[in-house]
Amino acid sequence: MNSFPIIRVITKLLIPYILLFGLYVQFHGDFGPGGGFQAGVIFAAALILYGLVYGLPAVHKVAPPKVIEKLTALGLLVYAGTGLACMLLGGNFLDYDVLKHGILTENHFLPEGQHLGIFLVELGVGITVTAVMTMIFYAFAGRERVTS
Amino acid sequence: MMDFIVIPILALLAATAVTVARIRNLWAAVMFTGIYSFLSASWMLILDAPDVAFTEAAVGAGITTILMLATLSLTPRRHRKSGRLSSEDFEERPSKSPLVPLLIVTITGCALVYGTFDMPHFGDPNAPIQVYPQPSFVEKSQPDMHGLPNVVTAVLASYRGYDTLGETAVIFTAGIAVLLILRKNTDDQGTSESQSVTGENA
Amino acid sequence: MTDFLGLYNYWIVIFLMMTGFYIVIARENLIKTIIGLNIFQTSVFLLYITMGKVTNGTAPILKGSHSGESHGAEGHGAESHGAEHGQELHSAAEGHLDSGVEAVTEIYSNPIPSVLMLTAIVVGIATTALALALVVRIREEYGTIEEDEILEMDRNS
Repeated sequence: MNSFPIIRVITKLLIPYILLFGLYVQFHGDFGPGGGFQAGVIFAAALILYGLVYGLPAVHKVAPPKVIEKLTALGLLVYAGTGLACMLLGGNFLDYDVLKHGILTENHFLPEGQHLGIFLVELGVGITVTAVMTMIFYAFAGRERVTS
Repeated sequence: MMDFIVIPILALLAATAVTVARIRNLWAAVMFTGIYSFLSASWMLILDAPDVAFTEAAVGAGITTILMLATLSLTPRRHRKSGRLSSEDFEERPSKSPLVPLLIVTITGCALVYGTFDMPHFGDPNAPIQVYPQPSFVEKSQPDMHGLPNVVTAVLASYRGYDTLGETAVIFTAGIAVLLILRKNTDDQGTSESQSVTGENA
Repeated sequence: MTDFLGLYNYWIVIFLMMTGFYIVIARENLIKTIIGLNIFQTSVFLLYITMGKVTNGTAPILKGSHSGESHGAEGHGAESHGAEHGQELHSAAEGHLDSGVEAVTEIYSNPIPSVLMLTAIVVGIATTALALALVVRIREEYGTIEEDEILEMDRNS
């Protein structure tokens, strides 16, 4: 799409806002509509938009396929790791009430307990969804048309 | 007042679904599927499920459409020497007589409509789904979550944490499976990755 | 007659569901079949979401609990009532009771269908992507995405 300057410029203008909105949805998901699933999809949409307009090599520089592949597993590990941390602290698996640290909890500067657990879990979901969606796009876009 | 918004949305939803069923051009069908997703997201918003509407708009109207278009561009009906594809390459073949499927669908639909006569009415506060967990998650999440307002997130990540862990694992597995099906052999990875659907480097 | 009009949401959903079903069984193009499955799937989401709706309810995002501060349970019992408290409100409205307590209660629609469908949508896109990947591979192997032609080739080989 090199020949469409308007699309290229508009895309460049839009992508920061899409990413910012993705972050808002991710971290504000406990308070308003949103959460890891939506934020992951929005983040992936930003990367896919970049890939569609600027070509696959450009988006591979921003988000290398190797990193994306590792991130898919990382998100799941963050999720399961939160559960295991709860177990290590003496609670049940994914029982966030034990996640208490007592540092700077005034006015929820740092969340703790259920807030912290939900935050970590949503983060894990967000990472996995972003990475999987981006990876699926790479898989489809990286495949050239067959000649038959 | 709300009826003036709901009724056009439902009419458009039905019309879009029928159009998808009737249209033979696959490009157009994919675009109509995106419109269908967006309209159902609008209805979900009216039905007090902003989280689901949000997801449906992002996933159904966004990612699904892109993936389907990518698949279409990889599966034209015939290959052109010039490399340029026209819309005829994505025409479906004319199908056979639709009478038998139509009959099956009508019978199934009638059976389902008959089944709805025993269902609770729309918006009924005494429906079984509204009275079963007592106290409900809405009430329970107040003391449990220490003031997290979004009950959907609370149920998703905390009460049903196991479930969501499983769903995340399903997504992960599906991603790995797509990668296994579609990825090139590793020996020419460097060159194959530079070719894209956008046709920039072909 | 009004007995049946209250069921219109199910009928809309059934209509959409049957349209998707029709596409799946009547069309032989694999991509069209996946589109039909998608329409069917979305109608199932809508079925669940309509069941969670409570008349005059609002989205299950609690009012009154402020985001920044942590609140105790007792401060909020009066303001934030669950979906099934619509039941009490309902019966109160039937008896034409005017009480100030009911005026402050919020009715929330049921959050559980939302939660179930939220995860179902994302899993749905993952499985759709898997199906589309299989279609791409089938096109590469067989040169067509029409079901009967593929079956024909399989029989002849």
